[in-house]
Amino acid sequence: MSALDTGRSGDTQPAGVALAGDYWRPEGRPDPLGEKGRSGIGAPLSRVDGADKVTGGARFAGEFRFDGMLYAALVYSTIANGRIFGIDTRDAESLDGVALVMTHQNAPRLNTPPVFLRAPNGAAGDDHPIMQTDRVHWNGQPVALVLAETQEQADAAAESIRVDYAAEPAMTDFAIAKTQARQPDNLLGGPAEIRVGDADSALAAAAYRVDATYTTPRHNHNAIEPHALTLAWVNEPEGEGETLRIHDASQCVDLAVASLAEVFGIDISRIHITSPFVGGGFGGKTLWQHQILAAAAAKLAGRPVRLALSREGVYRVVGGRACTEQRVALGADDRGRLQALIHSGVAAMTRHNNLPEPFFQATKCLYAADHIRLSIDVADMHMLANTFMRAPGESVGTFALESALDELADQLGMDPLELRARNEPERDPTSGLAFSSRHLLEAARAGAERFGWSERSATPGGRHDGEWQIGMGCATATYPYMRMPGAVATITLTPDGATVGIAAHEMGMGTATVQTQVAAARLGLPVEKIAFRYGDSQLAGSVLAGGSQQTAAIGGAVIAAQRALVTELLSLVDEHSPLSGLSPDEIECRDAGLGAIGDGSRFESYRQILASAGRSELCVEASAAESQELGNWSMHSFGTIFCEAGVNAVTGEVRIRRLLGSFDCGRILNAKTAASQFRGGMIMGLGMALMEETLFDARSGRVMNPSLADYHVPVQMDVPEIEVMWTDIPDPHTPMGAHGVGEIGITGVGAAVANAVYNACGKRVRDLPITLDKLL
Amino acid sequence: MNAFDYHQAADGTQAIEQAVRCQQAKYLGGGTNLVDLMRETVERPQTLIDVTRLSRDITDTDGGGLIIGAAVTNAALAGDARVRRRYPLLARAILSGASAQIRNMATVGGNLLQRTRCAYFYDTATRCNKREPGAGCDALEGFHRYHAIFGTSSSCIATHPSDMAVALVALDARVHLRGPAGDRQLAITELHREPGERPDLETELQPEELIVAVELPPLAMAVHSQYRKVRDRASYAFALVSVASMVELDGDTIADTRLALGGVGTKPWRAWQAEAALRGQPATAATLAAAVDAELAAARPLPGNTFKVELARRLMIAELSQRLSDARNGGDA
Repeated sequence: MSALDTGRSGDTQPAGVALAGDYWRPEGRPDPLGEKGRSGIGAPLSRVDGADKVTGGARFAGEFRFDGMLYAALVYSTIANGRIFGIDTRDAESLDGVALVMTHQNAPRLNTPPVFLRAPNGAAGDDHPIMQTDRVHWNGQPVALVLAETQEQADAAAESIRVDYAAEPAMTDFAIAKTQARQPDNLLGGPAEIRVGDADSALAAAAYRVDATYTTPRHNHNAIEPHALTLAWVNEPEGEGETLRIHDASQCVDLAVASLAEVFGIDISRIHITSPFVGGGFGGKTLWQHQILAAAAAKLAGRPVRLALSREGVYRVVGGRACTEQRVALGADDRGRLQALIHSGVAAMTRHNNLPEPFFQATKCLYAADHIRLSIDVADMHMLANTFMRAPGESVGTFALESALDELADQLGMDPLELRARNEPERDPTSGLAFSSRHLLEAARAGAERFGWSERSATPGGRHDGEWQIGMGCATATYPYMRMPGAVATITLTPDGATVGIAAHEMGMGTATVQTQVAAARLGLPVEKIAFRYGDSQLAGSVLAGGSQQTAAIGGAVIAAQRALVTELLSLVDEHSPLSGLSPDEIECRDAGLGAIGDGSRFESYRQILASAGRSELCVEASAAESQELGNWSMHSFGTIFCEAGVNAVTGEVRIRRLLGSFDCGRILNAKTAASQFRGGMIMGLGMALMEETLFDARSGRVMNPSLADYHVPVQMDVPEIEVMWTDIPDPHTPMGAHGVGEIGITGVGAAVANAVYNACGKRVRDLPITLDKLL
Repeated sequence: MNAFDYHQAADGTQAIEQAVRCQQAKYLGGGTNLVDLMRETVERPQTLIDVTRLSRDITDTDGGGLIIGAAVTNAALAGDARVRRRYPLLARAILSGASAQIRNMATVGGNLLQRTRCAYFYDTATRCNKREPGAGCDALEGFHRYHAIFGTSSSCIATHPSDMAVALVALDARVHLRGPAGDRQLAITELHREPGERPDLETELQPEELIVAVELPPLAMAVHSQYRKVRDRASYAFALVSVASMVELDGDTIADTRLALGGVGTKPWRAWQAEAALRGQPATAATLAAAVDAELAAARPLPGNTFKVELARRLMIAELSQRLSDARNGGDA
């Protein structure tokens, strides 16, 4: 089968692709690539880097080498708050192979890094000074770094370092911290409290009420590739000074450069980060202390350094998802129409970062309640700063909201899908904006039919299979569409094809593959003629691989670059060209060249145009249009998750028997990589529902399960067959009609599982993870 | 991990000679636990004596039992046709533990001598009486979901993590030991110690003494033995509670039984009380309930593992009921 076989032979395929217009404007023209039947778009193209990855040809950050490179090991604090009283490094320094022991006593002076979401160029997890003082701010903070000739020597030396602390009182117990919670001044740049009408009064007056507390634990990042980097301060020729060259595992090369430049007080042109392959990011591969410490130590030692965090190191140095305690209160009339919707609560945070786990984000757009109140408070703790982790907010927030919807449906004696349908809003209930593209009910209906939702027992405990009680549950999934500013694309056209360059990232999602596919379709070239360059801070612009926004951000920039390319090509043609006199908007890219829209006879290939103009290549660069669509519409992806769970009547064990996700994420660009993203997200959701939990010792603030043996994620046998499907309805106001698909898969799963467990055995678990002791 | 010397022993006798000669020596089997502990600096041996060249044979005894060399891998033991036929619970117990890769490396001797996975034992930044006698125990008021409800003391509540050992305890296996003073045997139920005031002393082995083999006596009812393990995910997790069980019926009377529990004891837990309350009694639900209660009377749960009492109760009753039902139906599960 051809990799480009779309399996839709009946569709007519437009011959070429006209330039995209102003898709972001209310009356704007949609991107023609969003149209159904486009050759290549949606095809299950296999990963362009797949062979390299499975044969070891793809080099990850910890696999690069520099001559004379040293290996790093870190020593982590064992108290949550206080001072380093004494630090004895003599044994370590006397060991074979040890080149440097760095502590706050000899570390080079470093500026405090700018923090993510607080400073425009911030990539750092928190604003603590890095190894500059004797202060300890969390249990696990790096307090010393060793460089040695081998990793084993570095590790042994690190173990021999003795640190004495003067501990001070620390807030490490969420149960206490939450009693002193405060409202943060913002939530992801928006308000931390939203009110529509008077939800409390409406709740009190409602005929049917659910008012419950849901709790979710801390989660840690466990990308298959632990964080690693290899770096060198490279002397430039002719006294041009030093450049910091970093091979990092990063989802934000440009932000990292900007932040590191500030830390080291050097110009951004002096730092070059590449990150061609990343073994999973999920929000965790930004800038943490390890990169800064490695660069500082390399400077001090005058030699290149490789630092690869151990799995424990990832838990000590890289933040995770904060724990939450959420209240969801729903008031409804006897037909299930929501009159009141309250979603409030507390999340753990520190005073040194700016990410209140945004659990009410999904609630802003999902249901047409007359009165809504959403609010978040934060409980300040002495802990490693929490950070983004796949669908921050929506993942744990939908657990609470969608569990509560299920409780209300149960009270009303109504099918939970029907309850949701009755509360489908016409417009965004909190912003008042129209939805750019919302086909949640279609997705839900199609999913229900495929899943066999009608087989669900209306009363809990209605189905059995031996010791197993069987139940079905559903929940709504949702994640916002975003397109952040800053994306710039270059296109270099040669007689042999085109190279598209953009400072975006491939962390395993399939970005390189999908964008190759999109560029090929857009430029009228076969995929083999496209080279996609990314993961390099020297590429123009800045694209964050986060917020499921890369697909749109890259798309917007490539649309702009295509227009620049076509404009430039038309300027090269002379009066004898069949294209002579045509304006860019009369042109389409087709068959490795440009043609007049609707006139097959007027065509000239790229090769001919370049040859006639005596050019071996043509290079253009353009910035994406401003993301005006976000101000014009409420833009979100949607879906419904269906789960069939078995609960063992003897042991309380939960086993997921079937899982289906039916999604509405605009146009799907690659059926294979999108399905992997959906499935991967859903598996992570299963882990969140049933087993993931960071054991944070409330006495010491120490993570007690920093390993994949003790921190449980689903193993093969925990994961059933997962079906995914999608509406494939393009959003007329986005590049390619597409939405990102990286995060929505995890949303809704926690509640779908909890609701299925309730339907199976009649027990409502409001505290994740749903372990068997909660069901005995 | 500290630097260490490494010797490979040709046989048990040579291993003991080497151990006597070296300071702070440890025997190394598959290394699936010891090497982890060395990486965490919980163990810091000066010398490792590799004993994987000890016997890898599984041989029949005259009476119909088996002698298993100490260096037999877990995978080989679980795959042995005789084991699967005569002692199916042993194969099931082994296969319910770890991963295929670990079972390929881990040895029978090493499995028995593996150490607890208590998070506080592993983390040298916390207090642990097993790691450092007298230091205190951070598990008592910390995370102890995986910890023991039987055989605990105020010093230690850590669970013995082995699945295989639970099966061997149920089978009345005997451990063949060799030491500087010669050879001897121990009932496997006597191999592990309860922690008391010295949780660092985990077995009755003398210094430099080495397990050279494990002997399984013939046991007819073991043909229908089973092992059931309940845990927090479907694979690659330690037991919350596991049950090894077998029964022999004489009409409607329970003629004999073996019952052992994993995940709940500071040592592989033979349910002596329950067995005594079952033997010679009518095979009724009341008998099972009384027997299980008799065993659980000794349970000393803590807030984080109180659920294990109920889980163990349910699991023992479910398993014994199933064994009785199987026995009534001619023993076919």
